[in-house]
Amino acid sequence: MSIPHWLEGKHVCVCGGSGGVGKTTTSAAIALGMAARGAKVAVVTIDPAKRLANALGLEELHNDPRRVQPERLADAGLRVDGELWAMMLDPKRTFDELIDRIAPEPQRAAEIKANRVYSELSTAVSGSQEFSAIAKLYDLDRAGEFDLLVLDTPPSRNALDFLDAPGRLTSFLDGRALKTFIRPTGIGMRLLGHGAAPLLSALRRVTGVDLVSDLATFFALLGNMTSDFSLRAAQVQQMLTATTTAFLLVTSAQPDSIDEAIWFRRTLEAGGLPFAGVIINRVHHDLLGQHEPDDVSTALIGELGAELAARVAQNLDDYHVLARRDERNIARFATELEGRPQLLVPHFDDDVHDVDGLMQMYRYLFATEPERQKLLAEVVA
Amino acid sequence: MGNLLNRRLIFVTGKGGVGKSTVATALGLLAARRGRRTVVAELANQDRIQRAFDHKGEQFRELELAPGLFTISIDPQHAMEEYLRVKVGPIGHLLASSRLFAVFAMATPGMRELLSVGKVWELAQLERRTRGASPYDLVIVDSPATGHGIGILRTPRTFAEIARVGPIAHQGRTIADTIADRRFTGVIAVATAEEMPVSETLSLRDDLARERLPLDAVIVNALYPRRFDARQVQRLETASAHPSSPLARTALAAALSEHNRTITQGVQQARLRDGLGMDPVKLPFVFADHFGPAELELLADALEVGLASLRARSCPDPEKPSSALPPPAGSAW
Repeated sequence: MSIPHWLEGKHVCVCGGSGGVGKTTTSAAIALGMAARGAKVAVVTIDPAKRLANALGLEELHNDPRRVQPERLADAGLRVDGELWAMMLDPKRTFDELIDRIAPEPQRAAEIKANRVYSELSTAVSGSQEFSAIAKLYDLDRAGEFDLLVLDTPPSRNALDFLDAPGRLTSFLDGRALKTFIRPTGIGMRLLGHGAAPLLSALRRVTGVDLVSDLATFFALLGNMTSDFSLRAAQVQQMLTATTTAFLLVTSAQPDSIDEAIWFRRTLEAGGLPFAGVIINRVHHDLLGQHEPDDVSTALIGELGAELAARVAQNLDDYHVLARRDERNIARFATELEGRPQLLVPHFDDDVHDVDGLMQMYRYLFATEPERQKLLAEVVA
Repeated sequence: MGNLLNRRLIFVTGKGGVGKSTVATALGLLAARRGRRTVVAELANQDRIQRAFDHKGEQFRELELAPGLFTISIDPQHAMEEYLRVKVGPIGHLLASSRLFAVFAMATPGMRELLSVGKVWELAQLERRTRGASPYDLVIVDSPATGHGIGILRTPRTFAEIARVGPIAHQGRTIADTIADRRFTGVIAVATAEEMPVSETLSLRDDLARERLPLDAVIVNALYPRRFDARQVQRLETASAHPSSPLARTALAAALSEHNRTITQGVQQARLRDGLGMDPVKLPFVFADHFGPAELELLADALEVGLASLRARSCPDPEKPSSALPPPAGSAW
């Protein structure tokens, strides 16, 4: 039960999960580990912490993977047999690159990029990050330069946004929704069918004529490209459902995160997306075991005195409550998983947002079972 | 600054995983205690808050969690249908029942956010658009944890600019003006004392400043307790060098481990304080098996003390000498 086992034969690894559960560090650690074992790996991060970004050499803003110099990793005590590449996603640039690629000529691409609806779509709107993350992944996969691609997904409250949003944006872009009302022509709008007239006039009244005409202009600009979006969407779907793709779920042991994780897994399953396993971060481990808090006071009272011993006992008991809570939530998830693999990662003491944290995470994720037990013994609470 | 809880609308923002929903609800509880009829609005289809109160609520219904405290889960689809039916007249009915229109509207960039904020705005009005609905004194919005700062707060203004004319533009402008009205609307940020949330909070403050919106308070959640003073830590360290048993060793290590985390949290808190130029309100880590009504009451108590202290510090009495102590808990606003 380990990451290399889960990712055997896989070319694409998508790390999904809601925000605040350590997804970025986990994605980077997975990429690091696979590279250490000899693969040429690229990790696409979305919003890395500054120190992590620095550690991976992501200070400059390129929208393509750059190699993480082996010296940087050697400094952290890691020898890498393969290659680790990393990048930080720039959604706007990804959209722009996409338009550049499928526009029939540069003039059209420029007009689209200058369009107001487009600029909202490529930056501010919810779903643009998710859409561009998948677009980038698809492009990298098609280029075929890496053995493995690891995608960190955008932070959001709802882990399912990652699965929903690109579809919404794609169906907007392929014009399906709008074509019913408006046939964009070079000159203006033409009503489509009799039934559409009252609806369209109502639409104009409610949304304002300018919005409707701006949208019509935008789609007129897109022209035939709308069918390209449909085509890409189909190809992307193929990539995501391939046997060489793995969806990993990253979560914490908090009840809300577990609920999210359950929904996410069910949605993956329903969509035919290959679920490979779950990583549960920041798990509190049971340190009390068979003992009672009183046993702790007793063990320490001689050395520390009653009051201090009692405080230490209280501390252990407090974390025991958390450990029990985590255990229960994880058990709830385990029944849901029906024996599918899960990996429990303990609550590390230090911030996992720098190289040391990354190394700690990597060592734990790629350890063998006995090695993991040893590491666990070193980690407290 | 004025009383935060005397506003009619408060946006609670923050990164994912910091306990935003919990804090939003605790704030609601505090307001309800003071006799303000309060609704906590969840956006984006998550009924977390209702679950904390052990309810399994219906979405988009205003559900009572505790006396004077309500919750609603805002779904843009329902918000749109309600808006069309009530506001637009007969043609609105036509649009509301049109699946094609729904697909178009939902697909329009930013529309979902605008509809959600529109519903939030409606909840905060003295005259409710929804037939038969009672007005609220306070609406607390559990805002989505967007990747880039203030998203939802900027949406109305963005729409007003894109649409320019027509009902949506007008609505966008009205909502945007309401958000910018400091007596009406408050914005608070929730963070934990960790690197990323602190960085995001400082970024958020800058984003808000660009939109000329204030950050009224910052709440630092989940602070570990300082159980041991320096001398006690030394004694623990000495004892841990030669533990009398495995249990003793584990217990001492756990105590010292938490102590180390409080140090790290302290560093992040200082970073936050220095970056903001204001003191954050502090909330303790809650060691509970299950986060339910009792735990929320605890947080509400802590919020009460913290907010009162914030107010005392930001509006010092020029006659009295400045005091380092916050006013006693429960003192009147």
